[in-house]
Amino acid sequence: MAETATAAKKTVKLIVTRQDSPESKPYTEEFEIPYRPNMNVISALMEIQRNPKKADGSPTTPVCWESNCLEEVCGACSMVINGKPRQACSALIDKLEQPVRVAPMSTFPVQRDLVIDRGRMFHALKKVKAWIPIDGTYDLGPGPRMAEAKRQEAYELARCMTCGVCLEACPNVNDKTSFIGPAAISQVRLFNSHPTGEMNAHERLEALMEDGGIEGCGNSQNCVRACPKGIPLTTSIAEMNRATTKHLFKRWLGM
Amino acid sequence: MSVNSYYYRKLHSLLGVIPVGLFLIEHLLTNYTAFKEGQQGFVDQVQWIHSLPLVLGLEIFFIWLPLLYHAVYGLYVAYTARNNTSNFGYFRNWMFRLQRFTGVITFLFVAWHFFNTRFQVTLGHVTETTLGPLMHGIATQPVYFALYVIGVIAATFHFSNGMWSFLVSWGVTVGPRAQRVSTYVWMAVFVIMTIMFILSLTAFTDPSFQDTSNIKFK
Repeated sequence: MAETATAAKKTVKLIVTRQDSPESKPYTEEFEIPYRPNMNVISALMEIQRNPKKADGSPTTPVCWESNCLEEVCGACSMVINGKPRQACSALIDKLEQPVRVAPMSTFPVQRDLVIDRGRMFHALKKVKAWIPIDGTYDLGPGPRMAEAKRQEAYELARCMTCGVCLEACPNVNDKTSFIGPAAISQVRLFNSHPTGEMNAHERLEALMEDGGIEGCGNSQNCVRACPKGIPLTTSIAEMNRATTKHLFKRWLGM
Repeated sequence: MSVNSYYYRKLHSLLGVIPVGLFLIEHLLTNYTAFKEGQQGFVDQVQWIHSLPLVLGLEIFFIWLPLLYHAVYGLYVAYTARNNTSNFGYFRNWMFRLQRFTGVITFLFVAWHFFNTRFQVTLGHVTETTLGPLMHGIATQPVYFALYVIGVIAATFHFSNGMWSFLVSWGVTVGPRAQRVSTYVWMAVFVIMTIMFILSLTAFTDPSFQDTSNIKFK
């Protein structure tokens, strides 16, 4: 019984950066919620939602956030937790230093509290044509076969969930630049390595050779450290550097 | 083919190596003769450079204009970075930050260094044959000596780390292993070049550089 009594008293402290609207100024609020075993940042936020009171007991509005799959594959719940951008669902309270500092990934436009607009990432995927065009008016037949080794390599790149963590970690993705960010560059590598996608490789490379394209990379290599899926982003960028360099010279020489 | 930031940035990267980086090495080798052979060797080297055909043209098109472009565009690149080493204190992120920092230091140093050496020749205050005594005057003042050491460290770091970055940006070192080996190579280059520059700078403090009375001119 004594054990239960101590466990009941155990709490989790959080400091959440909040923002009421896209234009308003951010501010922080402190929360202290009852501890339960195996909590993650999402369940802590749910607890605040259930009982929206600040640490000093005064009432406040529930904190807004986005989440979906709760198993680190959708990328929706990305936020800055104790200084590092990551998914809130896989951020376990037991493994975090307290007070847990939770803030939105402010590289993106903040909508409200922890909710951000990652629209620029989807725009980037459209810009680099991160798909394989196979639609037509007649049956194109089966595509070329893909070597198993190549498929395994491509699978690593295909794990990208457009979560935005690499953009948040990158010092060159900010309001002073138009840098497309690591994720879309890696997707060019993915689709250019596909035997059918390869047929439109030049279109994707040319998209990277425009304003805000691959030249925006300053090799800080934070992206590869931050990526929750362990995607070799810097290798992708360097490989696309090689591909765009080749493309540049071929185009100059009219080859 | 439209000209956009891709080409501006690539030109910046290329000019940093050819010719600016090559000029830094050439400059180092010239200075190093002051350490290796004393003032006579240094003067011979300087006079050889001045004997090159169209030397002013070489200076303008292979040093000053590329350097100016690299410097001005580089300042813009440094301005657009949002340094975040406090949250991401990784080695490469620090190198990213230092690359921009040393770039600015090198810019200031080179401007000042150009003013008190090459520009003084243009003004007619010194000739190319009395650069030894000029450098002796600078290197024997402790504050100037310290500023030169700082400037030289910044320049060689910026060059060495810039070469690492150049090899990535043009797609030469692609995988993590190649990039790691490249880090070791260019850090060794940084150390060697810094030592050679400081030895040269120390050589100028020698009393034999006070005047040119014992020097044979061509």
